[in-house]
Amino acid sequence: MPTVQEMQIGDAAARIQRVAAATDELSDIEGEKMVLNMGPSHPSTHGVLRIVLELDGEIITKATPDVGYLHRGDEKIAENMTYTQFIPYTDRLDYLAPLANNVAYALAVEKLMGIEKQLPPRCQYIRVICCELARISAHLLGVGAFAMDVGAMTVFLHTFYEREKIYNLCESLTGARFTTSYTRIGGLSRDLPPGWVEQCRKFCDEVVVNFNETEKLLTRNRIFVDRTKDVGVLPKDVAIDYGITGPNLRGSGIEYDLRKAHPYLVYDQLEFDVPVGSVGDCYDRYLVRMEEMRQSVRILKQCLKKLPDGPVNIPDGKTVLPAKNKVLTSMEELIHQFILVTQGMNAPAGEIYFGAENPKGELGFYINSKGGGTPHRLKIRGPSFVNLSVLPRLLPGHMMSDVVAILGSIDFVMGECDR
Amino acid sequence: MSSLDQANKLRAQFGEILSESIEFRGEITLKLSDANRIAEVCEFAKKSLGFDYLVDISSVDNYGDDPRFTIVYELYSYGHRTHLRLKTDVGEERSELPTVTGVWKTADWHEREIYDMMGVRFGGHPDLRRILMWEGYPHFPLRKDFPLAGKPTEMPDIAFSRPAPLEGGPFVTVPGGKDTLAREPRVRIPEEDSLETNARLERRPEIKEAHIDPNHISRP
Amino acid sequence: MQSKTEIGYNSKIEGDVVHTRLDAALNWFRKNSLWPMPMGLACCAIELMAAGASRFDISRFGSEVMRFSPRQSDVMIVAGTVTYKMALAVKRIYDQMAEPKWVIAMGACASTGGMYRSYAVLQGVDRIIPVDVYVAGCPPRPEALLDALLRLQKKVAKEPVVENLTIAAPFKKVA
Repeated sequence: MPTVQEMQIGDAAARIQRVAAATDELSDIEGEKMVLNMGPSHPSTHGVLRIVLELDGEIITKATPDVGYLHRGDEKIAENMTYTQFIPYTDRLDYLAPLANNVAYALAVEKLMGIEKQLPPRCQYIRVICCELARISAHLLGVGAFAMDVGAMTVFLHTFYEREKIYNLCESLTGARFTTSYTRIGGLSRDLPPGWVEQCRKFCDEVVVNFNETEKLLTRNRIFVDRTKDVGVLPKDVAIDYGITGPNLRGSGIEYDLRKAHPYLVYDQLEFDVPVGSVGDCYDRYLVRMEEMRQSVRILKQCLKKLPDGPVNIPDGKTVLPAKNKVLTSMEELIHQFILVTQGMNAPAGEIYFGAENPKGELGFYINSKGGGTPHRLKIRGPSFVNLSVLPRLLPGHMMSDVVAILGSIDFVMGECDR
Repeated sequence: MSSLDQANKLRAQFGEILSESIEFRGEITLKLSDANRIAEVCEFAKKSLGFDYLVDISSVDNYGDDPRFTIVYELYSYGHRTHLRLKTDVGEERSELPTVTGVWKTADWHEREIYDMMGVRFGGHPDLRRILMWEGYPHFPLRKDFPLAGKPTEMPDIAFSRPAPLEGGPFVTVPGGKDTLAREPRVRIPEEDSLETNARLERRPEIKEAHIDPNHISRP
Repeated sequence: MQSKTEIGYNSKIEGDVVHTRLDAALNWFRKNSLWPMPMGLACCAIELMAAGASRFDISRFGSEVMRFSPRQSDVMIVAGTVTYKMALAVKRIYDQMAEPKWVIAMGACASTGGMYRSYAVLQGVDRIIPVDVYVAGCPPRPEALLDALLRLQKKVAKEPVVENLTIAAPFKKVA
């Protein structure tokens, strides 16, 4: 019967010290620092990020990230589109969890219009289901890509297997595997297809098996723990000062989740826990993500059980497109349809900020409206943009191969960062 | 402590440079009339009122109004779970205000982005350079007088840009005009695809003249 | 004889020996082992990864490894929006690839700029590099990418390989 033993892992600083002491005879050779460009096209699957690293031997002394290689001009495009026409662009912000972005944007515009309390309960439950499915999908890819970068390539294929099941669910629900454009202002584009709830329940049971397998492969794996424990430690005050949100913040020990602190949709009626790390290293962030996925499954099961019947759209012709049979026969609905499609809904003048708990952090929309159907200014607060700003503080002092582990554990997406 | 209490405390400390609290959809907004004191106000908000998290800094271009730019700071307090918005205006001639990176480190990248997109400078910023566009790009894209299609630029070996073929689109009717003709999408001239609302045209006669006379130079 | 043929081979008639033209043989080797260089820039990169994962296995078609090094790859799959800032980097990577090389423009953004008609997006990667196959979709399904790979294989099969080979030193006739 094998005994369970605690693994003895010294902390990274001590390890580096020991190595430095052993090679002390080389310390009198003063060399120049090498500037290395980790270019926009590199093998980790995190998108187009460029980091200019200054190295002293193997240890990094300065890191300067260079973002903007995926800047597509979303905010300027938003000033020229109606609120509904902008929904496909929100899919492509955090393209690992498009449903969550859609829900966040719809809630932001509904807050501006003042109609978020009128959303029917079925719509709210379906939106929560979409958010949590997106969270599982994004974390699966985050953990899979992280593991692949660190060296455990099998995990990537395991997590993609489960993501394909989520893609099947999304496809039967919205028509597209991802880039769903599912929500509309004032409701959803369509209701759940028949049989979807059973499919989702079956998925919930199967995905937990996959979580257990992934944990068996990674959590007590000596190599994985060696590479991630005490690497990229983010202290609490630094995390708050740099505006970090999401699993990165919770990995550092701060218990703050927008779903609990400022509940939106029906999160206040659901029971779930918020996992919090203790040290703030890469290992903690990985554990926080794994546990968050399990909590998401818990939320999904509750929602599927409590899902009420009823309409999915607000019955207001001035915000939501009316039913097609009415449009083709009745004058009033025809006028509503025409105005909504050409001019958009009439938003009041004013400004709001709405932040939602996305898988990567707090996705915020600041909308400044001067009336009418298009916003005067739409600013997207991308969580990855803010999470990446901590790299110049986090990377120095680590070795070159830790960079990949830290980047994987911060789990950013360039679509959100550059917009 | 609610947001309104905190806003009142801030106003009590700084007096009349802060306006009355405006409430809209449950959020409190304070307007700061003197942009040069923004760093002081933010320092007080962080140290004494507990606003330790700067959520976002946005910039708004009020083309046609003076002062032209509005910078919006969203503050949040983890301790009290309250949210506050501070706004301040910057004119176009000066277009500079002090940085708040001394108060929150996260302001660093937000201010770089505002410099990149709007051209507003931040005095005292440790490293104010472009972040989303490349170094040396000559325009400020989010300004209202910059067309969506872009302008051609050329920086050999670094980047180039060409105007995108918009073909007269995007086809969205302009809100706020007097009648359906004024709201038609093609009323916007594709080369000067920046002036969105006809209401602004009414307020600034020289811009209206620019639309009629192609040789007219509009000086905002 | 100018016609270019594929390899026709019937094991019952020909046994262990294949008679074919050099063109056809070289093209057959090339098309069945096209190693992609994934230029995964945005959302299409996720579908590219899904095409490489276990459900829509791209290595069935010969693209066994996604070589991230341009020197070791044959086809560059541009997946995602190419911005002006990124454009010259893509061109530089394309220039580093060794001949013969092909390009698949995956998705609407790589083909024509997609729905991003703005100041920062290159309206189609074919403005800087020559593209062989365009894949429509936003993002295209992995099956569409595999279909594009098969079309590229058909295109590769028709290439006039021997005519394009240059001889370093002229043949010397042995007297």
